[in-house]
Amino acid sequence: MYTQGLLDAKDGPAERPPEPEAQLQRFHERVDAEEKVEPNDWMPEAYRRTLIRQISQHAHSEIVGMLPEGNWITRAPSLRRKAALLAKVQDEGGHGLYLYAAAETLGISREEMVEQLLAGKAKYSSIFNYPTLSWADIGAIGWLVDGAAIMNQIPLCRCSYGPYARAMIRICKEESFHQRQGYEIMLTLAGGTPEQKAMAQDALDRWWWPSLMMFGPSDKDSQHSDKSIRWKIKRFSNDELRQKFVDATVPQGHHLGLVFPDPALRFDGASGHWRFGAIDWNEFRNVVAGNGPCNRQRLQQRRDAQADGAWVRAAAIAYGEKRARRGQ
Amino acid sequence: MMAEQNMPLWEVFIRSRNGLAHKHVGSLHAVDAAMALSAARDVYTRRGEGLSLWVVPSSAITASDPADKAMLFEPTASKIYRHPTFYKVPDDVGNM
Repeated sequence: MYTQGLLDAKDGPAERPPEPEAQLQRFHERVDAEEKVEPNDWMPEAYRRTLIRQISQHAHSEIVGMLPEGNWITRAPSLRRKAALLAKVQDEGGHGLYLYAAAETLGISREEMVEQLLAGKAKYSSIFNYPTLSWADIGAIGWLVDGAAIMNQIPLCRCSYGPYARAMIRICKEESFHQRQGYEIMLTLAGGTPEQKAMAQDALDRWWWPSLMMFGPSDKDSQHSDKSIRWKIKRFSNDELRQKFVDATVPQGHHLGLVFPDPALRFDGASGHWRFGAIDWNEFRNVVAGNGPCNRQRLQQRRDAQADGAWVRAAAIAYGEKRARRGQ
Repeated sequence: MMAEQNMPLWEVFIRSRNGLAHKHVGSLHAVDAAMALSAARDVYTRRGEGLSLWVVPSSAITASDPADKAMLFEPTASKIYRHPTFYKVPDDVGNM
């Protein structure tokens, strides 16, 4: 079952003495044959740990990602935009739930993961540590940030771990609305008054490079890639996905009549790829290390939300216990 | 393990259309069945995914052990006489 990893965490397969060599070989044969690994199947401890880290980070990113966009819900320029943004932010909360549930199948509880996030021990996508300064940022996030997320997430639908792959299928179906609503905002602004077009350009200027950083360190510096590719958790390297994103996105930007903030950007006819300039990896490392423009604010908002909701959870639990005592 | 959890786990099943069976779609935490149903409605049916919802306490599900897969399911592979194509019927008899 979907969540049995959590239920069985204490007395489950871990207590059965494994036969490491034979088990490991059978595991790799299954993964190579594109068979899905399910919660109660034997898996190497490192595979389990890698998945817990990746899926929980992914879940945290969905939850923290609600904050920069939530900032504009009350100030959306029309009811149509407001309804769409509300629905999008609600989706992100749902995505967080699907992903926490998928991680729970590996034997970690949601409370533990939330605790890791609030304690500042767990990472989430660096992009959400940038501020949303104008309405155009909501367009840029949908177009670029969700666009980059989709590029990352589509191959995850074929990830070797069943519950993660199934969660990603649901998420990807919902993300395409997010990207399209963002691009529509950009189209409207870019086709509007000179001030509106300038807003769109300003948002692109600020979000372009952080969006490219979303794919993570360059392949030569990535510490987790090799094993993840062997285990079919990852299907493409960071640099491959980044290039795909640039190739897909640059023509969309030109269609908007906007200029990318990269003087080195040029089309390489021989390879058919858009070549881009050097990414400022110092900025990336700095944001990941907790020193981006909004890191402290984001964590504080999550801690406040957790604390503010404590009485609701306590009341629900007390109610549940009372009902259980009375035999429903 | 359940006692450590703040809220019990539930498995969510949706029937997408009339005449189809309920299908497992995911899970969630809730303190009782009514709240599990309400949360399942909010989380799993935002885009017309279904006409009916079931929520089942995860702890109520007994699953087969993956280690027993061979013992449980392989024997059927040799029982080809359970399939209609095992039996020969002359072509001129028509579809059967």
